[in-house]
Amino acid sequence: MAREDYEIVMGLEVHSELSTKTKIFCSCPTEFGGEPNTHCCPICMAMPGTLPVLNEKVVEYAVKAGLATNCEIARTSKNDRKNYFYPDLPKAYQISQFDMPLCINGHIDIETEDGTKSIRIERIHIEEDAGKLNHDEYGRGSFVDLNRAGVPLIEIVSKPDLRSKEEVESYLRKLKSILEYIEVSDCKMQEGSLRADVNVSVRKKGSKEFGTRTEMKNMNSFKSILRAIEYESNRQIDVIENGGEVEQESLRWDDISGKTFSMRDKENAQDYRYFPDPDLVAIKISDEYINNIKNNLPELPDSRKKRYMEEYKLPEYDSRLITASKYLSDLLEKAVEVCNNPKTVSNFIMTDITKFLNEKELEPEEIPFTAEQLGELVKLIDKGTISSSIAKKVLAEMFEKPEDPNKIIEKNGWIQISDEDAIKEVVKKVLSENEKSVNDYKAGKDKALGYLVGQAMKATKGKANPGMLNKMFLEELNK
Amino acid sequence: MNLYDLTVHELVDKLKNKEITLEDINKSYIERINEKENDVKAFVTRTDENAIEKAKKIDENIKNGKEVSELSGIPIGIKDNICTKNVKTTCSSKMLENFVSPYDATVMNKINDQNMIMLGKLNMDEFAMGASTEYSYFKKTSNPWDLKRVPGGSSGGSAAAVAAGMVPWALGSDTGGSIRQPSAFCGTVGLKPTYGLVSRYGLVAFASSLDQIGPITKDVTDSAILLNIIAGHDEMDSTSANIEKKDYTKSLVKDVKGLKIGLPKEYFGEGINPEVKQAVMNAAKEYEKMGAIVEECSISVTDYALATYYIIACAEASSNLGRFDGIRYGYRTKNFTNLTDIYKNSRSEGFGKEVKRRIILGTYVLSSGYYDAYYKKALKVRQVVKNEFKKLFEKYDILLTPTSPTVAFEIGTRSNNPLEMYLADICTVSINIGGVPAISIPCGLDSSGMPIGCQLIGNHFEEEKILRAAFTYEQETKFRDKYKPTFKK
Repeated sequence: MAREDYEIVMGLEVHSELSTKTKIFCSCPTEFGGEPNTHCCPICMAMPGTLPVLNEKVVEYAVKAGLATNCEIARTSKNDRKNYFYPDLPKAYQISQFDMPLCINGHIDIETEDGTKSIRIERIHIEEDAGKLNHDEYGRGSFVDLNRAGVPLIEIVSKPDLRSKEEVESYLRKLKSILEYIEVSDCKMQEGSLRADVNVSVRKKGSKEFGTRTEMKNMNSFKSILRAIEYESNRQIDVIENGGEVEQESLRWDDISGKTFSMRDKENAQDYRYFPDPDLVAIKISDEYINNIKNNLPELPDSRKKRYMEEYKLPEYDSRLITASKYLSDLLEKAVEVCNNPKTVSNFIMTDITKFLNEKELEPEEIPFTAEQLGELVKLIDKGTISSSIAKKVLAEMFEKPEDPNKIIEKNGWIQISDEDAIKEVVKKVLSENEKSVNDYKAGKDKALGYLVGQAMKATKGKANPGMLNKMFLEELNK
Repeated sequence: MNLYDLTVHELVDKLKNKEITLEDINKSYIERINEKENDVKAFVTRTDENAIEKAKKIDENIKNGKEVSELSGIPIGIKDNICTKNVKTTCSSKMLENFVSPYDATVMNKINDQNMIMLGKLNMDEFAMGASTEYSYFKKTSNPWDLKRVPGGSSGGSAAAVAAGMVPWALGSDTGGSIRQPSAFCGTVGLKPTYGLVSRYGLVAFASSLDQIGPITKDVTDSAILLNIIAGHDEMDSTSANIEKKDYTKSLVKDVKGLKIGLPKEYFGEGINPEVKQAVMNAAKEYEKMGAIVEECSISVTDYALATYYIIACAEASSNLGRFDGIRYGYRTKNFTNLTDIYKNSRSEGFGKEVKRRIILGTYVLSSGYYDAYYKKALKVRQVVKNEFKKLFEKYDILLTPTSPTVAFEIGTRSNNPLEMYLADICTVSINIGGVPAISIPCGLDSSGMPIGCQLIGNHFEEEKILRAAFTYEQETKFRDKYKPTFKK
């Protein structure tokens, strides 16, 4: 059988670092980076005798995430210990949630080729992050950095509802944008604040049974996730096609070789010995608490998309792409506040800005100029101060050196010529220098007008107001 | 009169009357340590170096009319599993032989706020696992009433030091009887408060859902005074109860008229030494004579209490002790070539036999496939025990039982038989499982001259009732006036 005869079945376990100011069980800062072991205290270093106290913000953020993904919120939940030894885990157990997670039975909608598809979310639970090992490059040993130990995480576990890497990508992008919208995580994948374990299995199309799954751990870029799925699903199909059996195991994706590797052998199958953490009390949540969070949830991407289509009259595609990033969506809205022209702002985002981000491999957050500056730029077009072609040049400058577009225009002398006399002068000059085109136009070749306008633009270095130019050429030619 | 024989409240009275100074007090205790420590071996670390200096300074302040707290300059001993900044906290283990905590336990902050003077860190069974203090990595503490015998455990160093007059009072910790049983063995007063009354922050965890810090004192009055100091809500401990602060000395009233006392018959049956049984029954009669109403009652799950206790305690311990891995602090093996070796060898070499036994037991009962049969079932029994206590306390104000089935046994007679050692906890473990408070007070000597303890159990956060009952009995029987440790060799 060919690869096309197989269906890929995937489920995701997404770990997202919450952007609370302090850690989940102590008051250390959660800030990324810092010299090793400077964001820690006796509690997150697991000194003997220390005890955890749950940061209430973590519960609030997780409930927010649960409500934004249509989950039921458990009125009673608890923390459990997941026991295992590793040097980055100072207590030798991770405080997590085992059988009573905070949120269950949610779903989010994604767009696929076949329309909207609902991906079910099994659970969202809270837990603490581990520290980090820094391996000395000269082999002198490994060093433990506990700055990240105790940073709060939510783990969002989907049902095995994903059927292609495209679906995985839209699911992840959607989830990421929801978490950004509700401001519970900055979702910076390069800093590890959004990571995913991907469960992959394959089965023959039409089959109802699931195949044996493997789990690819700790992936933190879209690119590697998609490559890894491609590789791993093909590997599994090949194993089956060659008469073998897929083994259930945890895998590590290696970006350099483009392959997956087994993380541990079966003899060392982990038994985490989960049990309720006796140092913590049950988490009790009231209806009032939930309603309060529900009523204060910010507008989510789906709703913004709808609004853009209805109020801003933007196309579905543009609305979807822009709302996928909270940053871009906020950029649009703030710029529109300044210039009141959603269409033009959206066009800039969809073309020049997107192109720039792709070329430089930047995230929207890294756009150097402000929404106000973008709005101002559009306003300048609308006022006729500059033409759209000049505006593109201004935007390019704004990427290099963000400042007020007015200043850029002034500095470069790009202000559009809208003075009637000045334009008339240019028109007359062009007409007198291009007799052939004038005759062509009069002979019925409309195209010649374009050429004349182009010449006038050239003569004014693109600064002439194109509308006025057009109008005036017509007036002169039709005299 | 020897100052080291006096209780803290007696010392405070004499200080107030300007009969003595804090320098006198501290000198007397330090001399006593110098005299008796070779025999008793209660201290892991002595910290009396600057005690006299500190005492002199406070004396000076008092003389100059400066305001000082009532307990300022009063010596105290601390069990070596309570974290003290700048002084080693070893848990009597090779694993933490040179460990210095970077912070003070909450109870230490409270002791330090009173400006008390810590004379030393006291010996215990390694990581508080044991009932004889024989499982200390450093030394075996002797019972001041008979040096051939154990002081009980795990707070054996604390109880022995108080009994021997080496400290006027001490802090211990109690997971399954570790304050009360050594108190019974050494003729001291030991109180295990209600779970949640005293902060556990800074107590090196053995079994988190059972551990409580409490006072070991010469009499009930001192117990109430020290409880006043250490009790109270702590934001650093999620299991600490947020309840109004009480003055426990107000319950020191000699009156038990109408007090309803239950005698759970299961605590007077097989396995309880007849002399112990008799002494506790006599105490019951004494209570009746003083106007209390004494009735036999029953705690039906007593038979399962010990098994339940060892499952829960070992399960929690196996997880709590995971952090001693040779990576960040504590003992690290010299014998390793890879990470697994560091873990295996550091833990194999750093922990003693009993600790390893309990880690293995605890790991087993939490393992997949066994969890339901052991740990989950134990949690269910725990709920039944709690319910039974609840029902009993609807009927009775307090319960009266022996603290330990026997008096102190001889060193070396049980340390190789873990099951027999575990039986020493049979009368005390249910109280920890139920989370209720209990106090052990001396109620006589057996024919060999060893003290016998009886245990008064109260309802949640009703320390006042057991303190009052204990105080009344103490005032009536005057054990401390009649008997003193003999340091028999």
